[in-house]
Amino acid sequence: MTLPIALRVLWSHWTYRPLQFFTLLVGLSLATGLWTGVQAINTEARSSYDQARAALLPQARQVLQRRDGQPIAVATYVALQQSGWRTSPVLEGKISIASTTINVTGVDLVSMPRSMNRWTSGENSFDLAGFLTDPYSVIVSADIAEQAATLPGVAKVIVGKNVPSATIMTDIGLAERLLNKSGQISRLIVAPQQPVLQTELQVAAPQLERINNQSAADIDRLTDSFHLNLSAFGMLAFAVGLFIVQGTINLAFEQRRTMCRTLRVLGVSLRSLALALLVELLLIAVIAGAAGVVLGYFIAALLLPDVAATLRGLYGAQVTGDLSFRAGWWVTGLAIAIAGTLLASFWSLQKLLRMPILAAAQPRAWALMTRRSTFYRMLASGGLLVIAVALLLWGSGLVVAFSIVAICLLAAALILPDAIAFLLGAFERFAIMPVSQWFWADTRQQLPGLSLALMALLLALAANIGVSTMVGSFRLTFAGWLDQRLAAELYVRAANEAQSIKLRDWLEGRADAVLPVWNVESSIEGEAGRIYGFSDHATYRNFWPMLEMLPDGWDDVASGRAVLINEQLARRHGVSPGDVIRLAENQDLPVAGIYSDYGNPRPQAMINVDLLTGWFPNVVKTRFAIRVDAARSQVLADEIRQKFGLKGRNLVDQASIKQRSLEIFERTFTVTQALNILTLTVAGFAIFTSLLTQSTMRLPQLAPIWALGLTRRQLAGLEFLRALLLAALTMIFALPLGLGLAWLLLSVVNVEAFGWRLPMFLFVSDWILLACYGLVATALAAAIPARRFSNTDPAELVKVFAHER
Amino acid sequence: MLLSVKNLKKSFITEEGTLQVLRGVDLELAAGERLALTGESGCGKSTLLYLIGALESFDAGEIWMDGVPLGPLNDRQRADLRRTSVGIVFQQFNLIPSMTVAHNLRFHARLAGREDADWINQLSQRLGLTKFLKAYPEQLSGGQQQRVAIGRTLAARPKLILADEPTGNLDEKTSDQVITLMLQLVEETGAGLLVVTHSSRLAERMDRSLLLTSGLVS
Ligand SMILES: Nc1ncnc2c1ncn2[C@@H]1O[C@H](COP(=O)(O)OP(=O)(O)OP(=O)(O)O)[C@@H](O)[C@H]1O
Ligand SMILES: [Mg+2]
Repeated sequence: MTLPIALRVLWSHWTYRPLQFFTLLVGLSLATGLWTGVQAINTEARSSYDQARAALLPQARQVLQRRDGQPIAVATYVALQQSGWRTSPVLEGKISIASTTINVTGVDLVSMPRSMNRWTSGENSFDLAGFLTDPYSVIVSADIAEQAATLPGVAKVIVGKNVPSATIMTDIGLAERLLNKSGQISRLIVAPQQPVLQTELQVAAPQLERINNQSAADIDRLTDSFHLNLSAFGMLAFAVGLFIVQGTINLAFEQRRTMCRTLRVLGVSLRSLALALLVELLLIAVIAGAAGVVLGYFIAALLLPDVAATLRGLYGAQVTGDLSFRAGWWVTGLAIAIAGTLLASFWSLQKLLRMPILAAAQPRAWALMTRRSTFYRMLASGGLLVIAVALLLWGSGLVVAFSIVAICLLAAALILPDAIAFLLGAFERFAIMPVSQWFWADTRQQLPGLSLALMALLLALAANIGVSTMVGSFRLTFAGWLDQRLAAELYVRAANEAQSIKLRDWLEGRADAVLPVWNVESSIEGEAGRIYGFSDHATYRNFWPMLEMLPDGWDDVASGRAVLINEQLARRHGVSPGDVIRLAENQDLPVAGIYSDYGNPRPQAMINVDLLTGWFPNVVKTRFAIRVDAARSQVLADEIRQKFGLKGRNLVDQASIKQRSLEIFERTFTVTQALNILTLTVAGFAIFTSLLTQSTMRLPQLAPIWALGLTRRQLAGLEFLRALLLAALTMIFALPLGLGLAWLLLSVVNVEAFGWRLPMFLFVSDWILLACYGLVATALAAAIPARRFSNTDPAELVKVFAHER
Repeated sequence: MLLSVKNLKKSFITEEGTLQVLRGVDLELAAGERLALTGESGCGKSTLLYLIGALESFDAGEIWMDGVPLGPLNDRQRADLRRTSVGIVFQQFNLIPSMTVAHNLRFHARLAGREDADWINQLSQRLGLTKFLKAYPEQLSGGQQQRVAIGRTLAARPKLILADEPTGNLDEKTSDQVITLMLQLVEETGAGLLVVTHSSRLAERMDRSLLLTSGLVS
């Protein structure tokens, strides 16, 4: 029966020190919350991909759509069919029943390629006849089964496993009726196998265009890096949060040494004591974990819209922007909170349990900073650095890249206290005034108590510098690259080849140059990619963003004897200029140069336009880049609009493409920045809590100095200064670490994730701003304990001398 | 007169009501004089010492230190007084844990602006501390720590030395040694000494001895 008693005694510590309890809870729930939030975002996005995968369209590699986005007439479908095209019609739309919006997808199961029919595959005895005839059987997602049954014309409702939520899959005949769109087709799925003899699409159905669907597998591969990125940030935030937890738990255990000793002297067994401590920790973990899960939900809900926009903009992956609370979060959230608490309390717990019954309370802190432990820490962080270098040299893959980042951060955090202690020791040696001497010595003694918070600050600051340097460098590079890549003033796409010929004739004399931008989907080095044809022009020679180029490379490409490829292709296949690559199934050409191609995940090659039309006579010849005096480009654009009726995406000027691209870019990094700020906030909180807890133990250390003739205000000022100084020193160490991190992100992680390496730029004004934020945050955190000390009743200080410990 | 206390009153507000600890204490101490203050536990000896040491403020009465009244002093002036005129030796919690013994010894003297290397050398030799100069306080025994505390106070050459149970933690033999040393050194500096103690052995070695009972001295 000693367990409940022991537990009650131990717990009394928290009611005696409610502030400590509060910081512990906040720290743990912040850590759990950030972690859960990031996980929630990832699961939500992944489940969106799964839904998309289960749906019909992403299965189709190619679909036909009208250029103007209007529905396709049945006549067009029939005409295509007669010219040898094997396609299957799809009709899509939305209806609403009793305030629920339902997606209706009408298909023609007879003509649809079997490989794409995923959503009936789960049903063993699928009744095809029922599906095709009135009254119809329909396949629906479970969430709308009831509503679907009430629809007119529906005889039977089958719940399909692979049907995306709020969707009815039905025969196109019923869909026409439900949607009131008879004789209309939204798009045509192109069957993977097509007859050898077929009329060109341009001739058979000139108003249609062929669209390549980003395949689901591609989306998975591409977005993986994005999610890994998020997870890494979630980890970092969790780790930073754990620093707070570790700090408070350590303090609480330290303060309860005597309590534990007394309990044991009074006959509580070591086992009961350990059990009581464990139960207590679990209780705390569960409370904080639950709060963290709720917090995580709000964080995820806050960030998800931006994440969704990023994924859409960057990878074309569809993610719904709304979040649903999942029961599974409770399990993972609580599990991570418990694991984190146990991890954070492991050392304290072990130390407390190993303590002999009658050992005197050991002098804290000071012992921790002995030379020997410094040596071991140096050794450990040196070992970690060796591992990081080895991974850098011989490892590959995104996980390895992130591991290198993590290892470097850990190694740096490990030696931070010793590095600061070293500096403080140096300052102490040069100090002349007794008060300053005491200040340095005392600061050094304070270090162990603050080191975890400082480590958290170091990690957060370094991550901030690293990520903002990466984003800033990327932004600069990207903007410069856009300037090069979008050198032409106008980009047009004619409705058809006849118009394109007319347009070229008309532009003769009105524009400085009309450059073809024709391309085909084809294989490059065995991978699906895109080959562009271009004509030799100064625009390319002067502006194209080349990373490497052989001498006379432009001449070789112009005469069709060589090819230019993008960076990601070169890196993926280890191709350098001079190497020969295989294009379009059977064409071998040497590589003349490599250009940067940001934002595009796929392989790309550029060859002379005549070579392209030679290889692919059917290439669509409607797109052009127009060079014209910048001052006249607007006028010319207006003339083209009027004369040829081209508008919207078919006629864009350089400025608006750039703007759109930069917008997508900015959105991409909104989430990263937000997480960055959250992590910094957690670190600020860590500083605050450790200063606050530290300040409760400061009285015995400050009282003698006060008795020797310093005022409380002076001492409070010194306390304040000390916090600022430690933060400033940490910042000094964070800067090189952050830059190292930026280098890793730009040159290692980016290469693994996207296939391109970016140059690094330094943004000194950002650092100054960050330093100001950091100092202001520290000042705020330090002000409260300092004020409290300044207002301490002298009687309190006197008590230090009067009371026996 | 180095120190004169007139009709000093001090009370504490506690949960049970006002606790009148000092009810009009009168006391005088000349330069170079050594005075013992005794009394039952809880009678207010420490309280009186802290008031004289300008650590706490009092309700009524006067304290004059070397012709200066303590009553009207502000926080800063009190700190000045503690730094330059008074030295306090506590039973515990008196050394600065983050500094070595050598630094601790010099600390108060330097604060007071009266560092005298020869004198400090002499002190550390006579207090038997030369072996420990590089050590930190926590590595010292209680008696050794107390000798450092006494050395620190003497090094600063204050006009008045206040000691609260300076030998409370020490055994008889060590306590005798420490006291002998302290009395010798105090004599050499010519400071006034006020010692609070339970020990009659210590009280007997002083010039005068006062008893504090019911908030009054006799
Ligand atoms: N800050 C305070 N608040 C309330 N009461 C106090 C405070 N400080 C001291 N007292 C009370 O004043 C009385 C005198 O305390 P003081 O410490 O001066 O006694 P003392 O004579 O030094 O005792 P001892 O010989 O045990 O050290 C005691 O009853 C104590 O409880
Ligand atoms: Mg006392």
